[in-house]
Amino acid sequence: MSARRPYVRSMDGWWRRNPFFIVYMIREGTAVLVIAYAVVLLFGVVRLAQGEAAYDGWLTALQSPWSLVFHLILLASFVYHTWSWFSIMPKTMPMILIGGKKLQPAVITGVGLAVSAIACAALFVLVMKLAS
Amino acid sequence: MKRSNAPIFWTLFGAGGILSALIGPALVFITGIAAPSGLLMPRETMSYPHMLAFAQHWAGKGFVFIVISLFLWHGVHRIFHSLHDLGIPTGTGAKLACYGAALLGTIVAAVALGSIALQF
Repeated sequence: MSARRPYVRSMDGWWRRNPFFIVYMIREGTAVLVIAYAVVLLFGVVRLAQGEAAYDGWLTALQSPWSLVFHLILLASFVYHTWSWFSIMPKTMPMILIGGKKLQPAVITGVGLAVSAIACAALFVLVMKLAS
Repeated sequence: MKRSNAPIFWTLFGAGGILSALIGPALVFITGIAAPSGLLMPRETMSYPHMLAFAQHWAGKGFVFIVISLFLWHGVHRIFHSLHDLGIPTGTGAKLACYGAALLGTIVAAVALGSIALQF
């Protein structure tokens, strides 16, 4: 056996040394909160299938102040996810040429955010109508 | 050459990413803040009879299934590809854990929603 001990650079906090990578890690970190929200809904669906008493337990948990604070954090994370998703979209989608000119990144981001705002408002109004 | 399965996971990631970007904020606000607190929306919005009727309708059932499963597939794909950045080895085990979790959640959602009878 060789006694070689090659130098391996520590990865501790590498992303905290550069603002670009901090933004990158926050963006990737939204995935954890997207999963957390899916799990909240998953529990709700399972409880719904189990009957009224089980579902009401889930609903009561949702009404607790802790849950409201948690959902405010989720909301902030989802809004950031929406913003970052459309911010990097110009880099992740194929280039669009209009009249021989490249569609500007700001246009793609702007249209995405506008569509998102309309979709959110439409969903809110639809739920209001269904509930009343 | 064996075909890569990456496009499947990538497609699920992208579909979940765009769906959560489009309606995620509104969904969180409605189900987590507005309806439970009774601010802006009646508390009965998410009452048992309302949600049962929603899950009994094919469209409601499909919507809930798509939201839960795609959000899960989106999240695990992103986490799987970030493991390397955190210095965690990304072998078969990590892949199974990530995508397996999403698959498990998808199956649980399908079973739960499937056990709620369809009503027309």
